[in-house]
Amino acid sequence: MFEQLTNLLDQNQIFNTSTLLTYWDGFVVTCQLVFISLVIGLVFSVPLAVLRTSSRKWISGPIWFYTYIFRGTPLLVQLYVIYYGVIFINGIQESIFWPLAKNALYPTLLAFTLNTAAYTTEILRGAIIATPRGEIEAAKAYGMSRFVTIKRILLPSAFRRALPAYSNEVIFMLHASSIASVVTIVDLTGAARDVYSKYYAPFEAFFFVAMLYLLLTFLIIYVFKQLEKNMLAHLRPLS
Amino acid sequence: MKKLLVAVSCALSLAASGAMAKDWKEIKIAVDVPYEPFEYKNPDGTLTGFEVDLGNAVCKDIGAKCEWIPQAWDGIIPGLLARKYDAIMSSMSITEERAEKVLFSEGYYNTPSAWFGKADQKSLDVTSEAALKGKTVGVQRGTLQDNYVSENFGDVVDIKRYTTADDLVLDLKGGRLDLVFLDYPVGEQTIIDDAAYAVIGGNVKVGQGVGVAFRKRDTDLAEKFNASLKKLKNDGTYDAIMNKYFKYDIKI
Repeated sequence: MFEQLTNLLDQNQIFNTSTLLTYWDGFVVTCQLVFISLVIGLVFSVPLAVLRTSSRKWISGPIWFYTYIFRGTPLLVQLYVIYYGVIFINGIQESIFWPLAKNALYPTLLAFTLNTAAYTTEILRGAIIATPRGEIEAAKAYGMSRFVTIKRILLPSAFRRALPAYSNEVIFMLHASSIASVVTIVDLTGAARDVYSKYYAPFEAFFFVAMLYLLLTFLIIYVFKQLEKNMLAHLRPLS
Repeated sequence: MKKLLVAVSCALSLAASGAMAKDWKEIKIAVDVPYEPFEYKNPDGTLTGFEVDLGNAVCKDIGAKCEWIPQAWDGIIPGLLARKYDAIMSSMSITEERAEKVLFSEGYYNTPSAWFGKADQKSLDVTSEAALKGKTVGVQRGTLQDNYVSENFGDVVDIKRYTTADDLVLDLKGGRLDLVFLDYPVGEQTIIDDAAYAVIGGNVKVGQGVGVAFRKRDTDLAEKFNASLKKLKNDGTYDAIMNKYFKYDIKI
């Protein structure tokens, strides 16, 4: 069965077994990059979003600055600055960080994480400040401390409100991850570039990869639709 | 009488043009200027450069009068097929795709490729798989150099592919790459101007080099060029022209 499949594929000029393996490796790298940066970004963005809503300027100010820098510049530029910037730090080649900085994957993960954390922080902040005042007053009336209010009242309802906007951010992140290929990472787009340069078939190489991105996007949309169905059930219109 | 005159003059002109095509007393050669040092213009407007000198030497050898026609690269093959000129000598690499449309002479030059890296790796044997094992090697994606490294060392080295040579050089100097395999002239200008870096091993010739392009049916002209190029390569004329423009060997 497997042999038959290999034989069949080998007759195809472009999409033979080795090309498909290239695409598969790229697929795995893309999923890793996007998933890891989204998870770390989300973890960082929750406390940042809470602090961003603080009325004390010296707390919210620096976070405001960070999110505006990273949302106000292209991800490609951030990637270039981080990827090529780290090698110019004095003494980095002798330090313990060099194995991390040398590998293209870690500077890229850093850039993606910082970028998605900035966007997610603003998404969550918007959801937090949209919390009805009554809920917070009720929490106060029950004698909840500030921390408990955030944990029990503010964040759960903010997460729900942020969900649709956050699904967009996840999809944008998937699409933006294609620029990892400019710093030698062979992700899906990198695989397509390699196939293109090997067979001089730009249309086939990139069309195939576009289909894979589309597939991933539909998968993400499906997962978020299910989440919204469960978590936003109380907002669903009666029909 | 008048009819006869027309017929005769037609026949004469046909004979004349037929004779010219066979004897190749005049050859028009297309060239895309400027591409230093292969072809460029002197301050006084005359054409010069490695290919122009070599082409003139060939014409002198085969006893033809050569005329150089400046032609932009995009239309250089269609112009040949439309008989605006008879040959192209404009650093055209011999590739299978082009060979379907035009007839190539034997290659007359091939700029060498070379390995570049930190100078302390100078003793590395870049022809052996064992010595290169585990090295991170940078190449430009889709180039002849990429094919060379992928085919010969694809199993033992970690190949990083770059879109531009600038990014490649930056990562070599930043320490992310152990070696790069590049067109020698590019590496000469961008890498070994820094004394900490050097050419590792000897120059390597990849690909079939650059050839003169003719129309497919003009096999007689191609044969004349091939014979003449062979002669010039052997009698020292080629070397004299090459040494005038290059410090390294591009002869094939």
